[in-house]
Amino acid sequence: METVSELIKTLADQHGRNRQNLLPILQGVVEQEKYLSESSMIEIARELDIPASEVYGTATFYSFLSYKKMGRYIIRVCKTITCSMKGKNQVLLAIQDMLKIGIGETTPDGVFSLLQTNCLGFCHKAPTMLINSDVYTELTPEKVREILSGYLAKAKEGGDYEQ
Amino acid sequence: MSNSDQLKRADFIFKNENDWEDILKKNIKRSQQELINELISSELKGRGGAGFPTGLKWKLSAEAESDAKYVICNADEGEPGTFKDREILSLVPFKVLTAMAICGHVIGAKEGFIYLRGEYFFLKPRLNEAIHEFETYCKTIHVDFSIRIFMGSGAYICGEETALFESMEGKRGEPRNKPPYPALSGYMNKPTVINNVETLAHTYTIFKYGAKRFYDLGVQFSRGTKLFSVSGDTPKPGIYELELGMSLADFVNDFGDGDTKAVQVGGASGFLVPRKRFTETNIGFQGKLTGISLPTGGSMMLFNSSRSMFNVLDNYLEFFREESCGQCTPCRVGCQQLWRGIKAVKSGDKNAQYLDKLLRLAETMQLTSKCGLGQSVANSFSSIVENFREEMIY
Ligand code: SF4
Ligand code: FES
Repeated sequence: METVSELIKTLADQHGRNRQNLLPILQGVVEQEKYLSESSMIEIARELDIPASEVYGTATFYSFLSYKKMGRYIIRVCKTITCSMKGKNQVLLAIQDMLKIGIGETTPDGVFSLLQTNCLGFCHKAPTMLINSDVYTELTPEKVREILSGYLAKAKEGGDYEQ
Repeated sequence: MSNSDQLKRADFIFKNENDWEDILKKNIKRSQQELINELISSELKGRGGAGFPTGLKWKLSAEAESDAKYVICNADEGEPGTFKDREILSLVPFKVLTAMAICGHVIGAKEGFIYLRGEYFFLKPRLNEAIHEFETYCKTIHVDFSIRIFMGSGAYICGEETALFESMEGKRGEPRNKPPYPALSGYMNKPTVINNVETLAHTYTIFKYGAKRFYDLGVQFSRGTKLFSVSGDTPKPGIYELELGMSLADFVNDFGDGDTKAVQVGGASGFLVPRKRFTETNIGFQGKLTGISLPTGGSMMLFNSSRSMFNVLDNYLEFFREESCGQCTPCRVGCQQLWRGIKAVKSGDKNAQYLDKLLRLAETMQLTSKCGLGQSVANSFSSIVENFREEMIY
């Protein structure tokens, strides 16, 4: 894996160094690093020649651009009305119970983070969640346990653990 | 007004897109004026919710003088209860791409963007493949138009067109003051046509079958068909293409579970209609002759009598509180106060009269907020509080 500064250079080469390319670059860093550290924001600012405060101000506006270190797999459970009517709470409890973390927390091995999010656009198949960019619909506690077991197995065999 | 007893189903949007090459080739040869006239006479209005006449939008951009112009497809579908745009981009992407290129031909733009919400990242690879195939074909018929995907990053407000431009320019997605309107000064301050995914798909139908076919569907002021995203307490959740102008009673007859107590038309920023108003309420755009007519971006959420309307409102307000961009005080503070206020009434910390104060606050937000988000909070707030006052208190 590239170091963050190499990554930022690659992304800037690929997208360009205009202000319009800021979001794609931020997204690229988050994709690899799972968050935007202070130093990567400063580095991006230098690369695009804009104030670091502007990078920070922009990045923190968007809920998918985390500035806190996140796990390898970010679980986002929809909490908007239809999902909440169709059993979102039970699903959330099942996840918390299985991973032993609360909302906003990351497992100690750095594999999972758990968040809630607003409407994912699958209300007709509520309740729903995203794991990274994969969508899971019509969830039940059983189904969610099965899905997470799959990810756990994947994380183990892939040596996906990061400290 | 042709208010029939049944819902009139239609099947244009998802039907057969294999002919996109022909539609593109044929229409790219027509004059700008001819295409604009066709759109104007169809009376197509924007399907994102606001309902601005699409033909007029294209006309204004076409007439603007500029060295660069843009076509943007707004795929930042974030309104709770709406999921039709995702389905269009998954099932018939070429209709949208074709419509964008025809728009480019009409206004004189060589570049188009699809602003795709971050939650739909999984669509990106397939959409990129479609774009590649599309652009390759464009080259063979000498159409100079390219399309790129711009990914959002989890911000509902970026569906507001000027916030979307800010976001594409690498800034916080904060809405701009209007005017100037995007048709004259949009992305990078250049004339920009920004249309919802569904709107573009309808222009494809119009350019394929002609304006009359479209105009003949629906009712006065609300022409054509519309995709409805149906969710909540319904035995048939999903996406349906229906003619505009139906009565809510007919809709509930078809989609309800027999115990529907209210329908939220237009998502969290729309209106709640209680059972006693189903018959007199129509779904379409406002017009002088259409009676009570509610516009919608397509979200139809049904609630049966097991649901607490307090919980529904609480959930909507939490949504707005989180998604307000925070730029202007009435919206930033107002969303918080409404949310806290109903909780205080429910818990008995404030008396029932406090609800009237909150209603006035909602009205103030409607009058003084800068953009549609802050202005529309009052829609759901007032319609729920006024119709289900007891549920807010006890
Ligand atoms: S109304 Fe709300 S979302 Fe719109 S500009 Fe003001 S604070 Fe931002
Ligand atoms: S309410 Fe959860 S996906 Fe829309």
